[in-house]
Amino acid sequence: MGVGIQVERLNAFYGKTQALFDINITVQANHATALIGPSGCGKSTFIRCLNRMHETIPEARVEGAVRIGEFSVYNGTSATQLRRRVGMVFQKPNPFPTMSIYDNVAAGLKLNGFGNRKKLDEIVEKSLRSSALFEEVKDALHKKSGASLSGGQQQRLCIARALAVQPEVLLMDEPCSALDPISTGKIEELIFQLKEQYTIVIVTHNMQQAARVAEFTGFFLLGKMIEFDKTEKIFTNPSDKRTEDYVTGRFG
Amino acid sequence: MADAMTTPAITTIPPISWGRRAMDHLMTGVAVLTVVLVLLPLFAIFAYLVYKGIGSINIAFLTQLPKPVGEPGGGMANAIIGSGVILAIASLMGVPLGIGAGVFLSEYGRNRYGDAVRFVSDVLNGVPSIVIGIVAYGLVVIRQKHFSALAGGVALAIMMVPTIARTTEQMLLLVPQAIREAAFGLGVSRWRTTLSITLRTATSGIITGVMLAFARVAGETAPLLFTAFGNQYWNLDPNQPTSALSLQIYTYALSPFDDWHRQAWAGSAVRIVVRRGTLAGA
Amino acid sequence: MRTRFQQQMEELREKLLRMGGMAELAVDRACQAYTERDLHLCQLVLENESLINAAEREIDEMAFDILATQQPAAVDLRFILAVTKINADLERVGDQAVNIAERVMDMIELPTVELPVDIARMATAASAMVRRALESFVEGKAELAQAVLEMDHVVDRMRDEAFIVLVRSMNEQPQSTQQALDALLVARNLERVADHATNISEDVIFWVLGADVRHHAQTAAAAAQPAQDARDQ
Repeated sequence: MGVGIQVERLNAFYGKTQALFDINITVQANHATALIGPSGCGKSTFIRCLNRMHETIPEARVEGAVRIGEFSVYNGTSATQLRRRVGMVFQKPNPFPTMSIYDNVAAGLKLNGFGNRKKLDEIVEKSLRSSALFEEVKDALHKKSGASLSGGQQQRLCIARALAVQPEVLLMDEPCSALDPISTGKIEELIFQLKEQYTIVIVTHNMQQAARVAEFTGFFLLGKMIEFDKTEKIFTNPSDKRTEDYVTGRFG
Repeated sequence: MADAMTTPAITTIPPISWGRRAMDHLMTGVAVLTVVLVLLPLFAIFAYLVYKGIGSINIAFLTQLPKPVGEPGGGMANAIIGSGVILAIASLMGVPLGIGAGVFLSEYGRNRYGDAVRFVSDVLNGVPSIVIGIVAYGLVVIRQKHFSALAGGVALAIMMVPTIARTTEQMLLLVPQAIREAAFGLGVSRWRTTLSITLRTATSGIITGVMLAFARVAGETAPLLFTAFGNQYWNLDPNQPTSALSLQIYTYALSPFDDWHRQAWAGSAVRIVVRRGTLAGA
Repeated sequence: MRTRFQQQMEELREKLLRMGGMAELAVDRACQAYTERDLHLCQLVLENESLINAAEREIDEMAFDILATQQPAAVDLRFILAVTKINADLERVGDQAVNIAERVMDMIELPTVELPVDIARMATAASAMVRRALESFVEGKAELAQAVLEMDHVVDRMRDEAFIVLVRSMNEQPQSTQQALDALLVARNLERVADHATNISEDVIFWVLGADVRHHAQTAAAAAQPAQDARDQ
């Protein structure tokens, strides 16, 4: 089951440059929340603060508090522990090229010491089914390498890989921007189904996608969160003029 | 846009003038010529060696010990084996060290410390091989008070490390950051990512680097002069002076004996064929 | 940004305003024809009806086009939806003007009779409502639209009064029943015109504030408050 996310007074820095200013959000459990905004507005930085991927960049630092479910992200849990509970899917599909499909999906578990072969088989199949890829690859799980699939399939493979470690939250950073419309449609369908079990936060620069997929939408601009509300409100009658200008295409 | 509307519907692309085509052919010819000029000496050496040495390569050469001075016949069997032993020792020391250094440089060395290590590695690469031999002499031979294959191995290992480190670093840098991020996103620790994901992805490139380094040191003579020293007899004990193919060729070539010269040619031919093979494999 | 889109929206707006002008003119002419018993004006109204219908089709087509190709959101989306609705109401206003003109043409054949009802005043009110509604659209001001909503009660009362008075007249002076009936029908047509003007105002409020005030769900003032609060912050 998914859990909610609480962000309080989050500020993020790259060295001396401040990228996020005082962000406060509550993300609801078992819902999809979309983050929109023009390029460079900080939405990718924000999502990477949620699973501490932001720290992998040298000289990056964070102030403020993030809580996922009951535990605090920045005080206490180690980053690697945290990332096992928060899965991430990236903009460009990045399956491990030297591993087979099976090994790719199982990677998160195997590399963290999980060894039970039978259980692994089950989990791999379940994850591939969850990401609607199982039927397409079930005959070649060990034979085909992760990199030999099409773009849309690779992205679903990455989703299966993220799901295999059974996270509570799934973060998606523009997951469809490198894909064709049909693959995009399949993944949007997927997000709809995944909502029942996970909390999903999706960054997208495609506003119509945000409108289709998410119940809540947050609009970012220049590192600040301008408005956060139900998706219908943002797209039919937003409260802030800047949101309206962005959503109607007057800039960005 | 307007021009597209007003030009006639059918336009032909003018054919390339014969002058331009002639120039194209001329330049292609020049390029081919330069390649031939560069490769010619290489093939010439190769062909000459094989020609000179092929007659003397026989079973006796490959399986017998050198005969005492003055006696015809004999072979370089012990030198071939000895080279193998020395190279094995060198690889055992040099490869892990080199790969480790490469991993440090690419994953943790994107800073001033890394730059310092890179600088030292480049300097080491340029040190004349005989100087490295002297260093190994000082480090190992003087302590042990005798020559040994071990010392030879140390010298060659020192020479292998910079090459392996640099190619390993380059190959690791070629692994896209996205792959590492995927592993981090799954909650895999940094060292585990480097070991199981990054290194694994760069494996073929790293092997190439190792083989290149190996091929390079396999032919070195100078560092072995004061370390392995050479041996007329069978020796598999790494703590004793050991014969090596390059050393044996050196000794024989400088000698006044025709028979030894002949064997030197044979040895060189063997060496160059083996080396070609290693590089082709890399 | 999106210049083509902005141009299309501007064009749509102008088309609607032109149609609004035509509808307003038709109502004014029909009412004038009634007071002056002018056959020529009636004919003008009937002739121009086809122009109003053509405009309705054009506007609907254009709005449909923009929806399909430009994916408007928020205020732009509300604008397009409002335009399609106002479009329909304006066409009906034109229809009512035609009905009035036809009534007048009937009346002209009959002898003039003094009726205790001031159709002219009703006509002025209804016409003013249409004009104000279109103004609120031009200005994009919800307050102007709200004012029109309030005038509707007045016109409704006028129609009810006319009803009572004319029925009594028909009972007391049966020889002029025909004229009284005609006047009654004209009054009803004018009340319909006022209703359409009300609808147009509700659509303007929907566009400007994003609030649905139809069927008196809430007043525009109540709807405006949250948006105003947000802008004040």
